[in-house]
Amino acid sequence: MVISDKLDKFFDEKMKEYPTKRGFLVPMLLYTQDELGYLSDEAIAHLAKKTELTELEVRNVISYYSLLHTKPMGKYHVQVCTNISCMLRGGEEILEHCKSKLGIGHKQTTADGTFSLEEVECIGACSWAPAVQVNYDFHENLTNDKMDAVLEGYRKKR
Amino acid sequence: MAELSSHPDEVKVVSKRFGKGAADIEQYLKLDGYKAVQKALTMSSDDIINEVKTSNLRGRGGAGFPTGMKWSFVPKESAKAKYILVNGDESEPGTCKDRPILEHDPHAVIEGVIIAGLAVGAKVGFVYIRGEYRYLVDIMRKAIADAYAKGFLGKNIFGSGKDFDVRWHTGAGAYEVGEESALMESLEGKRGIPRIRPPFPAVVGLWGGPTVINNVETLASVPHIILMGGQKFADFGPPKNGGTRLFCLSGHISKPGVYELPLGYPLKKMIYEVGGGIPNGRKLKAVVPGGSSTFVLTAEEAEQMNMDFDSFGKRGEFLGSGGVVILDDQTCMVKFALRVMKFYQHESCGWCIPCREGTDWLKKTLTRFHNGGGLRKDIDNIKYLAQNMLGRTFCPLGDAAAIPTMSIVDKWRSEFEAHLEGRPCPFDPSAKITELPVVGAH
Repeated sequence: MVISDKLDKFFDEKMKEYPTKRGFLVPMLLYTQDELGYLSDEAIAHLAKKTELTELEVRNVISYYSLLHTKPMGKYHVQVCTNISCMLRGGEEILEHCKSKLGIGHKQTTADGTFSLEEVECIGACSWAPAVQVNYDFHENLTNDKMDAVLEGYRKKR
Repeated sequence: MAELSSHPDEVKVVSKRFGKGAADIEQYLKLDGYKAVQKALTMSSDDIINEVKTSNLRGRGGAGFPTGMKWSFVPKESAKAKYILVNGDESEPGTCKDRPILEHDPHAVIEGVIIAGLAVGAKVGFVYIRGEYRYLVDIMRKAIADAYAKGFLGKNIFGSGKDFDVRWHTGAGAYEVGEESALMESLEGKRGIPRIRPPFPAVVGLWGGPTVINNVETLASVPHIILMGGQKFADFGPPKNGGTRLFCLSGHISKPGVYELPLGYPLKKMIYEVGGGIPNGRKLKAVVPGGSSTFVLTAEEAEQMNMDFDSFGKRGEFLGSGGVVILDDQTCMVKFALRVMKFYQHESCGWCIPCREGTDWLKKTLTRFHNGGGLRKDIDNIKYLAQNMLGRTFCPLGDAAAIPTMSIVDKWRSEFEAHLEGRPCPFDPSAKITELPVVGAH
């Protein structure tokens, strides 16, 4: 099985809530990525079969959504917002700090696969800017020092 | 977790359960939870719609369309299933108000969906939450499951003989999906490409059935309207602008936060009293009144504005999404325009050529400009490109990119001129936006 039985059964249940087979496709792609780390060729083939779509149709959907990746990312994907509210409160400095701390650039992954970095658009943390999401966790009201502590926390979790 | 703020001027309606543990269904029930839907079950669909019309509730996503009127467009009879679709794809830069609602009061949204369903005769509602808000998807999943367990959802809700289902759904990263027709495409498992209108979703929406699409905050307001009566809600705001609204203060402001204030609240008071003014001894330069898609206000304009739909409408401008972004006098407006355009260029789906090409050329031109490679003729060219996107696209993303750009060029032309002829940015001589080589000044 490409994805766990538990996840596959969860998809089967949710798919029943939609009048078409592809209705739950976007969440399925995201949850599959959460389990596998990225959307592999095998995973795409599996979801295409499940939704009775061609693989091309599934890839067509994937390419639209910015959270979906067809290549492995770091275990902890550091997403730094630099949109207006974050930019005005130092989001770009946080991004530069992460780049130098991690030694990687936008959409790159550290050699050990622990971290990847991405400059992202508004994540809905404007009143608590500057903000970063690591995987799905929000880290807000950041400074360079706080960012170091955030990264260190994940490094230890590894 | 979204940190809470408060100010004595706040009128807490939608936010009244924030910080009170109402995501737990038992606690929600202690705080008047699910009373509104039980009241609505005793009302006719017309009575519900009329109550919402009386409340003067207008769409809180940004467009400000009267909610009761939107509901009344749904045909009474339909061969195809009708749907309620909650727009929780909050991604308008500067906007973070649906987050605390979904975090602190998810059952209010569920109640709002059921009441909307009773009003238009739909039996299914979908709650679409952006992919980045995974913790809120989890909160909503639990809230829905708890409501089913209590018999508030499913067959024969509250013993009324009526059925209603609420489903949760999540996106995977796309600003454009916040636009209603793209939202429907995404919920159907496709790329979020906008649909041409007419037909409008109220007639032909999800899977061809009549569909009501409302913002999270709009629907979270509905149970309060049903319980307190539409007139009382309407009276919080000026005529035709009912109720309160969650305003997200961000940027160069001493006390950023999400505050619930009556519509029509003076922007000057919002900045200097609620928000505590501009930090670091600086002065106000500009205000983005409601998310990055709105016309940018100068300090002088901002100090005269009241925050309601019609005060902006009569100027031909928009109140927008509630995302109030404050810019101090050390902000470079060229850089600001560039960052805004970089966003729209990233988010344009490419379906409509004016938006796809326009945002790309504008980003390139503004990048070159900010790096000191701007030509005098570029200033008018930026405006010309923006004007040529306006009204020429299926969805308003093209307009959203054009509007702030045009207003920045019009109001801060001198800042563009200060960047001419190879001069470095006056606010940040080490400007690092280097995606394009600087073109020498001809």
